[in-house]
Amino acid sequence: MNDWLLFDAMFRIPFLTGLCLTAALCLVGALLRMRDEWLAALGLSQVAAAGAIAAAPLGLPGLVGAFGAAGLAVILRSSLPRVGNSHHALMILIGWSATLLIGAHIDHGQRIGDSLLRGQLYFAHAGHLAGAAGLLLTMILMLPWLSPRLLTARFFPDYHKANRIRVWPYQAVFALLVMTATVLGTISIGAFPAFAMLFVPSWVGFVLVDGWRQSLLATLAVGILAYVAAFVAAMLLDLPFGPVLTGALVLSAALRFVTAIRRRNAEISGDSLHTNYLAPAERPTRS
Amino acid sequence: MSGDALLTVDQVVAGYTTPVVGPVSFSVQSGQVLGLGGHNGAGKSTLLRAITGMSRVFSGTIRRATGLKLCHQWQRPELPPELALLGREIYTLLGADPDRAPAVIRPLLGRPLYRFSGGQFQMLQTLACLCSPAQLVLMDEPTNNLDGRALEALSGILHDLAPERAVLLVSHEKAFLERHCSRMIEVGQ
Repeated sequence: MNDWLLFDAMFRIPFLTGLCLTAALCLVGALLRMRDEWLAALGLSQVAAAGAIAAAPLGLPGLVGAFGAAGLAVILRSSLPRVGNSHHALMILIGWSATLLIGAHIDHGQRIGDSLLRGQLYFAHAGHLAGAAGLLLTMILMLPWLSPRLLTARFFPDYHKANRIRVWPYQAVFALLVMTATVLGTISIGAFPAFAMLFVPSWVGFVLVDGWRQSLLATLAVGILAYVAAFVAAMLLDLPFGPVLTGALVLSAALRFVTAIRRRNAEISGDSLHTNYLAPAERPTRS
Repeated sequence: MSGDALLTVDQVVAGYTTPVVGPVSFSVQSGQVLGLGGHNGAGKSTLLRAITGMSRVFSGTIRRATGLKLCHQWQRPELPPELALLGREIYTLLGADPDRAPAVIRPLLGRPLYRFSGGQFQMLQTLACLCSPAQLVLMDEPTNNLDGRALEALSGILHDLAPERAVLLVSHEKAFLERHCSRMIEVGQ
């Protein structure tokens, strides 16, 4: 592949589809991290991959199978009295083994399974782009309504129930957004690259800046920069996109470590970001 | 419901899979700070959770004033290790006004959560509840991990409680309960 292909109309739809999905996955990932549920993303993406491959012998589109399996997982998960990372780990194991086992018993199963785990963004068409853009638009419109409810539930867990405020509307909207983002991400960019996009940008973005909105923006910036770099690198170097994206996201984690070192050094020198938050009386003085 | 009671708990037995506490009866009136005392494991926190709907009521009834808005400060709130939310963003979640925040909490409002100590986070949550518009505030061991200044601020707010509001205060510190409560109930006797 050469650099002219970057500007080819054939790659515009895949690029824009991936861009919309990147932004949506970053925002969903940030909300999952805030709720300490980020492992759920990997569980759902694995289950969605299993559903997509299971749809093939039934003659159904992969997207339908992925939505069906992820929807079932979301319903089962929400029916449990208490959900933890052990449940999410179980989802990962079920999804992974089902994907490979079903793949071993159907025609072209290995190829389909491989494409679901690694991604097939270059085959995205207008339907994928419409789905991804719709998801991102919904996410942006819902965020101002959803975010304060999720934050309140995180820090004051029984506030809504105690005040007889219905919790199911925001819980259902959030579950739908997580499910849709995970399924579209799994189908378009692959199970592991989608999980990487849900997990890494918020992990990095949350330590770069302070404040909730700023954290969301930093998460978006990390995800989008890694995506654009990976898209260009994968085309110029003729490499599979999914692993390149995952690698670019892993590289972005360097920002997190640099920030951590900077903060620690600033604290040691007493000149810190930390002291900026202190009242004058609390600030350490140099003798 | 008796008089202008905000909350009436009548012969309530509460718990989770099995009963933990009760039967307990009391009512909370406007302007009142009602103390709930009792030994560790007596079921004080379970009783607060029964009021908010987080634990199971096996028998008895809990009646609330129409439209009652309440807030529950949890014992040992979990401090998330990496969230960069500012103290202000937590403080205002329940409607507390940061411009009228007690002096002891103001330096914390601009600080990200990952720089809070456990005691500071406990104080932030406690004052976010107390300074919210909730008419009834349920407080579960609010003195845990608080230093002298924070305790003083908490005492001041309880002392100056608006007449239309009430606090149901759980604490194992008898001296604190005796100092602030207009009435006390012993749970688990």
